[in-house]
Amino acid sequence: MGVVYVVTSGKGGVGKTTTTANLGCGLAKLGKQVVMLDTDIGLRNLDVVLGLENRIVYDVVDVVQGRCRLKQALIKDKRFENMYLLPAAQTKDKTAVTEVQMVELIDELKPQFDYILIDCPAGIEHGFKNAIAGADHAIVVTVPEVSAVRDADRIIGLLEAAGLNEPHLIINRIRTRMVQNGDMMSVEDMLEILAVDLLGIVPDDDSIVTSTNRGEPAVLDEMSRAGQAYRNITQRLCGAEVPLLDLSEKDGFLSRLKTLFAVR
Amino acid sequence: MSFSEVLTKFFPKEEMKKNSSKEIAKERLRLVLVQDRGNSLPEDMLLNLRAELIALFSRYMVIDEGQLDMAFNKSEGEIALVASIPVVRIKN
Repeated sequence: MGVVYVVTSGKGGVGKTTTTANLGCGLAKLGKQVVMLDTDIGLRNLDVVLGLENRIVYDVVDVVQGRCRLKQALIKDKRFENMYLLPAAQTKDKTAVTEVQMVELIDELKPQFDYILIDCPAGIEHGFKNAIAGADHAIVVTVPEVSAVRDADRIIGLLEAAGLNEPHLIINRIRTRMVQNGDMMSVEDMLEILAVDLLGIVPDDDSIVTSTNRGEPAVLDEMSRAGQAYRNITQRLCGAEVPLLDLSEKDGFLSRLKTLFAVR
Repeated sequence: MSFSEVLTKFFPKEEMKKNSSKEIAKERLRLVLVQDRGNSLPEDMLLNLRAELIALFSRYMVIDEGQLDMAFNKSEGEIALVASIPVVRIKN
């Protein structure tokens, strides 16, 4: 039976979809049977982040409304044959799917996959409730900004109220130099405020932009620091104990060259 | 030596710490979260708190339970739980 993770944040633009795509690819690379479910109906994006936008025929609304079978709507990845995407509908709205339908859908997916990752829409309304309805665990993504941490705190409260206790936190887009200068909250600062388990930290990294441009998640790029961070998180999801990524940056041309060429 | 290290040389750590924008962010977050969390306190927790307050005060005085009022107040960047407890008479 597969385990169901919902990736959520409250605030938009903190990296939910990027995180879902990277964890999905990371798990698939480790040989796991993975399906990703985009529940951001009306604003689907997981397909483009994964580079699968040209393969969509049916979507999640078609499945729950009986226009196709689940198997027909599942898009097989072009890189991993053990990874699938169930895309959101782009032309419907968030009320097109109910919580009950979502739970039924996930129950149908569970026996076929090891990991089911649900990409949750921003906000705390219908789409959020749908996304968390069938989840076993929650991954909360946030960034070191007041607004994002505030929303993460609210989301953690709502998750716990819905029975999703002990959510895992991913702190995204950490800028080491700013943290060192006291101009950005550190990992410790944020854990002190949010008081939840830390699943991983991801540095702010240009490679996320370039990999998203290409539709190739950074986790597949051995040179990418953010990719390494996601590889670590993926291993933790599989039960391995992996130390947090060392975010320290050393000044100087030589060490920068080293990090540029080092396969970490 | 990095720029930040040069800075800490000229400005003692404590000084930097107090004025850093990160400390401002943390302080603002703390306040806003107390308010957010306060507004979404579970109903039964407030009821329990109310019952315990009544029991405590009743040991020392007779109070008008019906007129007891409790609420969170925010002012000047602080959150306070304000309770108004009408006293009928003090017990001896």
